[in-house]
Amino acid sequence: MSAPKKDDAKALLKGVKKRNVRAIARMISLAEAAKPESRDVLAEIYRLAGRAHVIGLTGVPGSGKSTLVKALADAIRVSGRTVGIVAIDPSSPFSGGAILGDRIRMTDLTGDDGVFIRSMATRGAMGGLARASLEAVDVLDAAGFDIILIETVGVGQDEVDIVQAAHTVVVVSAPGLGDEVQAIKAGILEIADIHVVSKCDRSDANATIADIRGMLTLGIRMPKDHGLVHGKEEFEDKPPAADGEWRVEVVATSAETGDGIGELLDTLDAHAKHLNDTGGMEQRRRDIIEMRVIKTAEDIIRRDFKANHDKLAGLMNELMARTIDPHQAAATLLATFKYKEGKYKDGCED
Amino acid sequence: MNDKTKVIRVLLAKVGLDGHDRGVKVVARSLRDAGMDVVYTGLHRTPAEVVQAAIQEDVDILGVSLLSGAHMGIIPVILKLLKEAGAEDIAVVVGGVMPDEDAVELKKLGVAEILFQDTPPEKIVSTLRQIAASRGAG
Ligand SMILES: Nc1nc2c(ncn2[C@@H]2O[C@H](COP(=O)(O)OP(=O)(O)OP(=O)(O)O)[C@@H](O)[C@H]2O)c(=O)[nH]1
Ligand SMILES: [Mg+2]
Repeated sequence: MSAPKKDDAKALLKGVKKRNVRAIARMISLAEAAKPESRDVLAEIYRLAGRAHVIGLTGVPGSGKSTLVKALADAIRVSGRTVGIVAIDPSSPFSGGAILGDRIRMTDLTGDDGVFIRSMATRGAMGGLARASLEAVDVLDAAGFDIILIETVGVGQDEVDIVQAAHTVVVVSAPGLGDEVQAIKAGILEIADIHVVSKCDRSDANATIADIRGMLTLGIRMPKDHGLVHGKEEFEDKPPAADGEWRVEVVATSAETGDGIGELLDTLDAHAKHLNDTGGMEQRRRDIIEMRVIKTAEDIIRRDFKANHDKLAGLMNELMARTIDPHQAAATLLATFKYKEGKYKDGCED
Repeated sequence: MNDKTKVIRVLLAKVGLDGHDRGVKVVARSLRDAGMDVVYTGLHRTPAEVVQAAIQEDVDILGVSLLSGAHMGIIPVILKLLKEAGAEDIAVVVGGVMPDEDAVELKKLGVAEILFQDTPPEKIVSTLRQIAASRGAG
């Protein structure tokens, strides 16, 4: 793995606080490697985090997410702020390896320590994020980056975890991909705080913009706890409604010409302000943390099941004979697991 | 062994002017199929870009591919930048075509391995595994 044992956790933590590039990179590797001995320092990172505006960008493959992230990062820097980027690509289900290609579009962001880009593989995690994505976000947050952009895996169907990972969700659609229909299928139109239609330098972009506006005007409802309702008249360019609701906007951008990028940043800032003014930020932070606890518990249980495969094997005869059912077997096994930090090395019980 | 903790990270970069990346993409696929995480950064990267990316990505191995004949200009710059950043523990592997004496010289300068253009994929995979293992990764 990428962070050799010789890493001194305290020194790394110091380095992260000073926004040292190498220390940040190592710390993210520690989060990815998920070793018990890194838990303490990562807890310290979590304590330091919580200041950044975390923005998730999702959309079907090829919709222009990476290109947009790059343009947005430039605009954020021009506005005098710093930006961390976590770009996620899928791991191969066959080999476990991954080709992480988002960086191809993020050139010319070099020589500037106000930008930090990290690519991550999903490693089997569902939902468009990697298991350690939000720990990576914490590291960047603790390092003092003002805005953090998460580019999710190009979503196909049900991969919408980003809703519970970011304060602001941007759904990117592009002309010529036929992704309007796909997006509806995937349920990702409903999760957007801001819609972006990218590649608006293309002549067919207007149709895409009209499509999305049309669909939103039909009154797609947000899940209740999301606290947002798409209404009818929300697409006159106007600020959030007086009644405290966020009006979902459609912003047309072109990374080619730079059109709409400034407007998008303004809209993102407006959303952060809206959340801060209405208490929505507090709610989203709560939602994100809750999801993280549940996902972490799921990971631990999955690991326990793997490590205790022999116990499951011991129940197989009864299961096959149908004298117990899978639910009873699961309950029996769960009752024998007692989680203790540091119990495992390399995924095996000591 | 837990696969979660043992993924080798490689950054592949095309540096210089030559405009095709078919070869390096084939290598990227072979490495992925061998279970590695491969960060691919595209064509025409500068040494400074490549080094910054390798450090941010915290890779075990930085693979630089060049066919343009500019290796003796570019590779020493990359090694120097890595050193300046305190990141000389990232192994540099060079792929492409070059005279044997240049290969000898680059290894003297600190390049971990030279993989000539006709190196078969299995050989590339096994070489990178060895290098990663010798540096406490993989
Ligand atoms: N004309 C035009 N093309 C664009 C624009 N933005 C992106 N593209 C092109 O769209 C293609 C996909 O862009 P990416 O930024 O890689 O898209 P992505 O959503 O990150 O793709 P994945 O990460 O694979 O899901 C590339 O060929 C880009 O050059 C734009 O503003 N205008
Ligand atoms: Mg991308």
